[in-house]
Amino acid sequence: MTKAFMPPLSRRALLAGGGAVIVSFALTRHGLAQDAAPAKTKLPGDLSKAPMLDSWIGIDAQGGITVFTGKAELGQGIKTALLQCAAEELKVAPDTITLVTADTARTPNEGYTAGSHSMQDSGVAIRCAAAQVRAIMMTLAAAKLGVSEPDLTARDGAISTKNGRSARYAELVSGEALHVAAQPMSPLTPPKELKVIGEEMPRVDIPGKLTGKPMYVQDLRPDGMLHARVLRPSNYGARLAYFSTDAVRAMPGVVDIVRDGSFIAVVAQGEFQAINAVNVLAQNAHWSDGPQLPEQRTIHETLMALPSQDSTILDKGDAAQSGVKRLKATYTRPYQAHASIGPSCAVALWQDDRLTVWTHSQGVYPLRDSIAKMLALPPEQIHCIHAEGSGCYGHNAADDVAGDAALIAKAMPGKPIRVQWMREDEHGWEPFGPAMQTQVEAAVDTEGKLIAWQFEVWSNTHSMRPGGPGNLLAGQYLAQPFQPDAPKPIPQPEGGGDRNAIPIYAIPNARVVSHFTPDMPIRVSALRALGAYHNIFTTESFMDEMADAAGADPVAFRLAHLQDPRARDVVTRAAKEFGWNDKEKAPAGWGRGFAFARYKNLAAYCAVALDLHVDRSSGIISLGRVVAAVDSGQAVNPDGIRNQIEGAIVQSASWTTVEEVTFDRERITSRDWSSYPILRFPALPQSVAVHVIDRPEQPFLGTGEAGQGPAAAAIANAFARATGTRMRQLPLSPPRVRSAVAI
Amino acid sequence: MTVVLNINSQRHEVDADPATPLLYVLRNDLKLNGAKFGCGLGQCGACTVLVEREPVFSCLTPIAVLEGRRVRTLEGLGTADKPGPLQAAFIKEQAAQCGYCIPGMILRAQALLEKNASPTQAQIRDHMQPNLCRCGTHMRILRAIDRAAKDMKTASATPPAPTETAR
Amino acid sequence: MLARIIITLVIVLVVAFGGFYAWAWHSEIPAEQPHAASSFDPAIVAKGAKLAAVGSCVVCHSTAGSPSYAGGYPVKTPFGTIYGTNITPDPEIGIGAWSAVAFRRAMREGVDRRGRHLYPAFPYDHFTHATDSDLDAVYAYLMTRAPVRQETPPPDVVFPLNIRLFAAGWKLLFLHHGGHVADTSQTPEWNRGAYLAETFGHCGACHTPRNALGAEKRGEQYAGGTAEGWTAPALNAASPAPVAWTPEAAFNYLRHGFDRRHGHVAGPMRPVVDDLARADEGDVRAIATYIASLNGVSTADNQGKAAAAVQAAQSRELPIHKGETTGSAPPAGNDGAAIFAGACATCHHQGGRFPVSRPVELGLSSIVNGGSPRNLLQIVLDGIHPAPNERGHIMPGFSGTLTDEQIAALADYVRSHFTDKPKWDDTEATLNAIRQNKNFDKNSGKNS
Ligand code: FES
Ligand code: FES
Repeated sequence: MTKAFMPPLSRRALLAGGGAVIVSFALTRHGLAQDAAPAKTKLPGDLSKAPMLDSWIGIDAQGGITVFTGKAELGQGIKTALLQCAAEELKVAPDTITLVTADTARTPNEGYTAGSHSMQDSGVAIRCAAAQVRAIMMTLAAAKLGVSEPDLTARDGAISTKNGRSARYAELVSGEALHVAAQPMSPLTPPKELKVIGEEMPRVDIPGKLTGKPMYVQDLRPDGMLHARVLRPSNYGARLAYFSTDAVRAMPGVVDIVRDGSFIAVVAQGEFQAINAVNVLAQNAHWSDGPQLPEQRTIHETLMALPSQDSTILDKGDAAQSGVKRLKATYTRPYQAHASIGPSCAVALWQDDRLTVWTHSQGVYPLRDSIAKMLALPPEQIHCIHAEGSGCYGHNAADDVAGDAALIAKAMPGKPIRVQWMREDEHGWEPFGPAMQTQVEAAVDTEGKLIAWQFEVWSNTHSMRPGGPGNLLAGQYLAQPFQPDAPKPIPQPEGGGDRNAIPIYAIPNARVVSHFTPDMPIRVSALRALGAYHNIFTTESFMDEMADAAGADPVAFRLAHLQDPRARDVVTRAAKEFGWNDKEKAPAGWGRGFAFARYKNLAAYCAVALDLHVDRSSGIISLGRVVAAVDSGQAVNPDGIRNQIEGAIVQSASWTTVEEVTFDRERITSRDWSSYPILRFPALPQSVAVHVIDRPEQPFLGTGEAGQGPAAAAIANAFARATGTRMRQLPLSPPRVRSAVAI
Repeated sequence: MTVVLNINSQRHEVDADPATPLLYVLRNDLKLNGAKFGCGLGQCGACTVLVEREPVFSCLTPIAVLEGRRVRTLEGLGTADKPGPLQAAFIKEQAAQCGYCIPGMILRAQALLEKNASPTQAQIRDHMQPNLCRCGTHMRILRAIDRAAKDMKTASATPPAPTETAR
Repeated sequence: MLARIIITLVIVLVVAFGGFYAWAWHSEIPAEQPHAASSFDPAIVAKGAKLAAVGSCVVCHSTAGSPSYAGGYPVKTPFGTIYGTNITPDPEIGIGAWSAVAFRRAMREGVDRRGRHLYPAFPYDHFTHATDSDLDAVYAYLMTRAPVRQETPPPDVVFPLNIRLFAAGWKLLFLHHGGHVADTSQTPEWNRGAYLAETFGHCGACHTPRNALGAEKRGEQYAGGTAEGWTAPALNAASPAPVAWTPEAAFNYLRHGFDRRHGHVAGPMRPVVDDLARADEGDVRAIATYIASLNGVSTADNQGKAAAAVQAAQSRELPIHKGETTGSAPPAGNDGAAIFAGACATCHHQGGRFPVSRPVELGLSSIVNGGSPRNLLQIVLDGIHPAPNERGHIMPGFSGTLTDEQIAALADYVRSHFTDKPKWDDTEATLNAIRQNKNFDKNSGKNS
């Protein structure tokens, strides 16, 4: 049994074992905390969801500090940033804290780790809780030491007086000292005194990942574990018509075949045995046809023709006026895949009427509820524990594979079951980022200022997360199948398909309409940045088109319509660091581009300037220098922010210049890295530099998705400068570029 | 049947079908986590290990072909307390997001630096071509390889400290 | 007497050489001011783009990672290495100062603007048959590309062939002028295909064997040749493909790089197919029609063989290793079947799950059925890789994974398991030769 593997905790074990004391403490307190009536005043961050301090922070009799977060590490470095928040306010060294992440038996229910919310939700909650815990320690210490609070200082897990007397937290905390409701106000450390927040603390998870420690759900290996592989249907909606298992059962290592309706899986001793067995099973299984898929070539027409629920999300003045120049354009984006490097994986064990699932889901609580409904079990009998997977960038197959593992484990009591999807399953069955279409019209006046803006966006839903059991892939194929939940739009101000559809620019007359199309011919869900990727691509491409119409420099044109000083600072900083000069002629084949957005119009600000070369004959876009500026409010870990934005830029460059899910009338045909290529090393930008504007007085702003849209639009804008041709259909892949500009 | 493997200079007798790809043997029989399953198709490099001096896809390397040949994995390069030069450079550059691709990256880079102590940017990019990263950590990976090349050179240029030679 | 004979001979030689020299001498065509791109008719430029794609000009006139048409690709011949020149309209390094006349002369006579003879690695023996209007279209296309200042390395050719006049001698023997002659018994589409294949497409440059002086053997058109260490298979009746090429299959292969009865494009043919994807679709169909006609598609005998081959390929057992986990089997290091089961079967199993990378049915592959293991070994060593940022089949190379013995064992296993053909008798020797060639390339720093 490896170290990362924690046996399922029975209530008795919780209360008996010494090592589990802290767990039982947090668990029982947490259970109570959930029951407590929500405080009247809105508490900061997710303290509002779990208002008891001991839901977040525990201190045991040895002085060991445990911090609980309902958020999960997805490779975004959240563990490190949360530790920094806690350490700062508790006045302890970060490495003395044990951090427990998303676990339905131990941590608060913070929903999904998504939407660049973790710092705003959990970071704020933990920081405030830590500050309040420190205040409680101060009060207790003042009583114990007989000194008044202002004469005390907290340092290294102890409270000391000026003359050197001190009390350690472990001595101060007793009984239910931390089982108190959080207060709306927290005695936060003033910006000038910060020692840990704002530091480039190295990520705590990196050394283990680089040296082969069992860091991932894929690395879990409980004793007696068996390997399972699921045979997915031949295409969406296909049903198992007939099959024979004789050949499979005769294969070495095969333990069993688990089947429920059209859900069928092989279980084997060895992993390669399971893979071989599922290949043979595939040869012996026959499927009915599923529904036809739409024609890929005309997918956007098809989607636009679907019934839609329309809402006007912005309407001011007369957006139809024509000004001196009015332009109109249509932009599209294809289906794009999360395409995680490590296929989704889960380990599950059904034992003593309890199901334990180790999962890299972004939401252990919602997953638990889905699995509970699928298996008709009460949620309390299911324990979902987050263990890292490879980066997911939204709702990939993490939940689906957890559902698979749960079904198989339920059928094989006492056996830990590990399921990992094969590459072609991951590429073929994950819920993709939806194809989208936008149409934008705008007018400039005699001054060259935007006076009117009309924007319409058509999109499927951007969240089919669990949810009901039909949102788990396996649930749809059982003998008693579950239907997926009715797709719903994500409302403004965050928005889903219409995320960032409302322009950030000051335009006197503007109208934005969101067309939500519930029917989804291709399985879709949340992909990093949701609709913001395409809406920012559209808005920021069209800003350049309008700047050209107005004869203005693209950066100056943006500044002329930006009022928020922080937005202006980010734009100015990126332009300055890049050395933006639109007047200077770029070398033949080269072009420069600029784009900016504030993610969701609520989260981090990000501007990107870059140059690129277009080879007309091959259609290859080579990125040169990329410079970005970002304002995430108070920067907890500036290097973490840079890492996220650098990654977002490179990933967005890949989406924008290469990626497109393909399908024929029967099935998804982009099933591996040869049919769904992504950017490889030789095609990387020459350089990427990210400049962080720290705002220590400001709240944390989510950063993880802020780079996606601006990078895409900056590429399209530079492309237009390099070639004189504006491309409005994503991706700007070599074949499309060739047909656009080869001559 | 039993196949004898030499992994990180240790002899292992493995009882498995000789066709079994090394990746599954490393991960499941030997409990070495470094090499990762990414595609099983030789398209992504997540499973990269070294056989002799060459980077290979362990997902497509049947153990049958490894008898008498030296295999090195991430675990053979160093530990969290005593990381090897590339591991140390990756840590210094914080060259990971999810980190799933990184072991493969490190092994492939190791093969390059063993053959070419001062690769150019273009050579590094070209050499790393088979390995994919989905998080977009590439720029940091490049910086880390560059740094490791420099660190390894200064390390070999400076004579080791006396305490180390004494051992 | 002897002296007289010698003197006469010398005189004859001098006169002959003088005559040859006079014949071989070409004057410089004056430089022209580079033409503005806008001076060309866009329709002509577009036509030129399609023809240049048929000609795969970009393949030899570019190197990996540098701009298209800026030159530098090393063309390796038995006589040395010649580098594709810069044919962007840069006036000094490229062809920016060339008139249309100079361009036509280069394509027809193999003589550059200054009057220097060009080596026949540049296939003017094919281009010479192209029409004026087509040559002018390609000219218009090239003159409207972005100029790039990038020098081309000088040719590296053995003495005395490095004297360019030898190229003139070669032409005297092997360059046959004149336009392409249509075959009136064939369809217009076939004739279009024949014209393109024989001129711009220069298919014979690789698929026709060459004589000792490097010229295509006229009597053995399309009997198969070599290219860059690969076998260019015969396209005539000697084609090794178990299922004869049909126009449809040839189109799939030439346009998309894959046909299910033949397999994936690989080796030096891959960039050709990349280019054909950019050519006119009708033109590629025409070429396919012509090429398919070369191996005599529709004979009853052929069709019967094809059906049998497909039947045989599909009924072959799934090559999953059923080895026991315990037992006393012999050491499996050179067991081709075990190697195949662990290294190849993941992709190359037939039927079953969605065939991920559309792997070829090995029993139908010309490479596995051919007379030489050369191409199979090349692919096993280096794999197949798509163009940058493009969708395309990936097969990893196994040169570091498998030892030479293992590669040879694997190749022999594939041959025996998937075909009824006799064992290759030169697998190891061929592998050695390929390895030596690659080492040579590596050591001499040549881009391969
Ligand atoms: S897992 Fe081996 S190359 Fe992808
Ligand atoms: S760091 Fe996540 S795939 Fe590379």
